Amino acid sequence: METNGPAPVLSLFGISKSFGNIQALNRVSLEVFSGQVLALVGDNGAGKSTLIKILSGVYAADAGEIHIRGQVFKHLTPGRALRSGITTVYQDLSLVNGRDVVSNVFLGKEYRKARYFIDRRRMEKDTRRLLDQLHINLPSLKVPVGSLSGGQRQALAVARAIHQGGKIIVLDEPTAAMGISESQQVMALIGNLRKQGYAVILVSHHLPQVFAVADRLCIMRHGSLVADLPTGSTNLEEVVALMTGLKAGPPSEVRKAAGN
Amino acid sequence: MFSSGNYRRFRTQGLLLLALSGLMIIMSFSSPYFMKWDNLRNILDQSTLNILVGVGMTLVICAGGIDLSVGAVAALVGAVMGLAMHAGYSPYLAIAAGLMVAVLSGLVNGGLTAYLRITPFIVTLASLSIIRGLTLIITGAIPISSFPSTFTGLGSGSLGIFPAPVVLTALVAAAGSVLLNLTPSGYYFQAMGGNEEALRRSGISVPRYKILVYVLSAFCAGLAGLVLTARLNCADPTAGYMLEMDAIATAVLGGTSMRGGQGSMAGTVIAGLLLAVLRNGLTINSIASYYQQVLVGVIILAAVVISELRSNRVEEAAL
Repeated sequence: METNGPAPVLSLFGISKSFGNIQALNRVSLEVFSGQVLALVGDNGAGKSTLIKILSGVYAADAGEIHIRGQVFKHLTPGRALRSGITTVYQDLSLVNGRDVVSNVFLGKEYRKARYFIDRRRMEKDTRRLLDQLHINLPSLKVPVGSLSGGQRQALAVARAIHQGGKIIVLDEPTAAMGISESQQVMALIGNLRKQGYAVILVSHHLPQVFAVADRLCIMRHGSLVADLPTGSTNLEEVVALMTGLKAGPPSEVRKAAGN
Repeated sequence: MFSSGNYRRFRTQGLLLLALSGLMIIMSFSSPYFMKWDNLRNILDQSTLNILVGVGMTLVICAGGIDLSVGAVAALVGAVMGLAMHAGYSPYLAIAAGLMVAVLSGLVNGGLTAYLRITPFIVTLASLSIIRGLTLIITGAIPISSFPSTFTGLGSGSLGIFPAPVVLTALVAAAGSVLLNLTPSGYYFQAMGGNEEALRRSGISVPRYKILVYVLSAFCAGLAGLVLTARLNCADPTAGYMLEMDAIATAVLGGTSMRGGQGSMAGTVIAGLLLAVLRNGLTINSIASYYQQVLVGVIILAAVVISELRSNRVEEAAL
């Protein structure tokens, strides 16, 4: 730890994973900081999804360690990941379209009164507060989530993740299949998350968006992390070259670009 | 009361209430006997089986399932109660035994659906056959009759001006409505029917609630078996034949979506009353029951078409 900036909330050390004889991840080391948006980019099959699944506890790494705020894990389980504050937002998998906003934000963690009953009023109050905090505008808390726009649903999925204790928010292609103004809502939300001190890991193919919102770019290729660059010190051409292998990354150990 | 913000549901209930009152006005013009209290009381009494089983069915369909075994469970429960009383046990003990058998069949239905991941249609179709067969075996296919009056009173007695089964049904429907709309279990049933994966990911044990919903459905079927047996003073092993179809029809007509995730207990109650009024009115006007069957089918079809058209519109608006 030669950097003297703030301590990372999440560090990966030499994470490797293979499926049969396919090496999906090859000794990936990475540090994630609060109040920072880290973009994970790479071509299809570069290992982004595998890395995210290891972070959310779906896969167990073959080798390497995960440190979360001082705690060391050989591998995470979905429950451990959640308890440690790592939340992966999958819009389609986490929202119930037929239910309203409040029910969705609180799903599985409903407030109760008199032990057996849902405390609707308190849930509505806290939902409103949460949405205000994240500057998310919804027409009403009582409409079915299915009637909201894609951008609103994505925002809601993020709000839900935060409400359920997420400190490190992983967004996997959050603007896929979204229109321009909807994508911009999501980008603004990511900016808000950073301002409020959450760590954001953003996986996206949309490089212009990534450049607009990310603090750091971590570029993956063939299961390895080939570069870890502050957004300001690189450009689209360089990133594309690194992603496609036209340009090699820094040799051996990954450059420490983290910190401030 | 119906707090989870579904305008669609309120509208469905409104339309149903309108249809119910319209039908009652038409019937009252067509027969002077229709609006007499005795007849209205009769209609209420006749709606009880459908509504009792419909309450459980609403929960199951909301949770994304289906329960075809309810008619068979009702018959089995009646047979168990009848046999127990003939063996000399008190009516209370007999009722407890019958309801326990109902809960047990719900556990089996729910367990197979939740853990072996067999589709509920197949599971409950199989258990329908098994349970009906068991009922015929334990009774020797012969109806059991004549029970103590404490038992038959539950079917043909009155509480105040209302028949006892009507009071029981009202209590069950109210409890079902509270469960569905005001408790975590109700929220989880609806979430399960809407997006099971989301519920799983929020850390809730999906199998647990799946089993619970089939137990509740079987329990409601058991209560229907109790009412049926007490009312007729006879446990008929073939009783409750096609009761599952009536219950599904009642729930669907009441606005519960067959795709799961949405349902309304009030809608089920109103739909149950609507069907009872329709059957009664047609009978009073001496229209043969064959025509009644056709008409009931057409009404259910119309209701589903209307609700599908409307939910498609909601989904299109979401895109």
